[in-house]
Amino acid sequence: METIEKLLLEVPVFAGLTPDQLEFVAGCASNARFRDGEMLFREGDQADTFYVIRHGSVALEIFAPPSGAVTIETVEPGEVLGWSWLFPPYRRYFDARAVGLVRATAFDGTCLRDKCEADPALGYELMRRFAQVLIERLQATRLRLLDIYGYARSD
Amino acid sequence: MVPSPFRVTRRRPETHDTWTLELEPVAGEHPEIAPGQFTMVYAYGVGEVPVSVSAFPLAQTVRAVGPVTRAICASQPGDVLGIRGPFGSSWPVADASGADIVIVAGGIGLAPLRPVVLHVLEHRREYGSAVLLYGGRTPADLLYRRELQRWRGRLDVDVDVTVDLAPHDWRGKVGLVTRLIPRAHFEPGSTIALVVGPEIMMRVTVLALLDRGVPADRIFISMERNMRCAVAHCGHCQLGPTFVCREGPVYRYDRIAALLGVREL
Repeated sequence: METIEKLLLEVPVFAGLTPDQLEFVAGCASNARFRDGEMLFREGDQADTFYVIRHGSVALEIFAPPSGAVTIETVEPGEVLGWSWLFPPYRRYFDARAVGLVRATAFDGTCLRDKCEADPALGYELMRRFAQVLIERLQATRLRLLDIYGYARSD
Repeated sequence: MVPSPFRVTRRRPETHDTWTLELEPVAGEHPEIAPGQFTMVYAYGVGEVPVSVSAFPLAQTVRAVGPVTRAICASQPGDVLGIRGPFGSSWPVADASGADIVIVAGGIGLAPLRPVVLHVLEHRREYGSAVLLYGGRTPADLLYRRELQRWRGRLDVDVDVTVDLAPHDWRGKVGLVTRLIPRAHFEPGSTIALVVGPEIMMRVTVLALLDRGVPADRIFISMERNMRCAVAHCGHCQLGPTFVCREGPVYRYDRIAALLGVREL
């Protein structure tokens, strides 16, 4: 049987954690399943959970009148969805919608924050890994801000 | 230096501002063209611009961004355009035989890579893994959508597409094209990677390929500069010691990497 700890071993953001740390993290995790089109969370929701996507993909959307809902990013298998659980005010800034059937591991952010407070070594490790994810997404977002495909020099 | 007259035989819209024109010589044979080369396309009485070749014997995909390209894109079947060339270096399609081949295109950068894709698909057994990664601005800005769907339907080639922004009903990926690289199926050490897109996109894509382990001398990029004469006389496309129209547009990355960081070039 596949335990959550075993599943976590295959997730890049948790790679290299000690067995004790993995067990600790797995204690805050549960399996989650979303149907196509189902919302994982909505803008303004309390951010008390984050997900590691195992199957399917999740569209991060924002409602931008008059265009309607636009997808600003998709989160694919192996990737982390949500980091608002890390910092106050623990609030969602985007909608997250399942594209196709989504299987994910859901993590209780409050549980994990408490464990990080109690175990600073684990806290540092997790913060370091999430900072890496944040930096990668921030850099990619900055490049997309340039609208590099839209710009063309006139002939 | 004198353009030869070519007749437009077909005009196909790709996006709201981009068309593919199929052309045939008014007299004589089609010129021999290698994948990656470009021609100078002349809209009579308006002007001349470099355009990459998107299929053989001659199809050219043009984005209307100014008076000359608008005139070219407005050409109808039966109209005549002037063509000079082909010019420049080409993709190492033959050298890639036996290797995994990874093609990374951004925006209209898929046009000069389309002949490579078509060649690889036609000679599929000559290559290892074949991967096409394509990034666009929005779903409506993607080129060759029907072909992309057809290529995706093949079981012997991995095609992955992402866009920077999408409407709610898009079911594909949204994000930078570099995000596709870590997951793509290829053996970095035995891969030939071909990259075309805006220069910033090529820089970050090359970094992602290097991070994945593709050697710098197995990465090729196609540069775009202000080609005018196309025969290395006018100097408009000079890039340090090279002329993009003659030594380029296709360069091996390790031979041009130092020049890419020079801001004044």
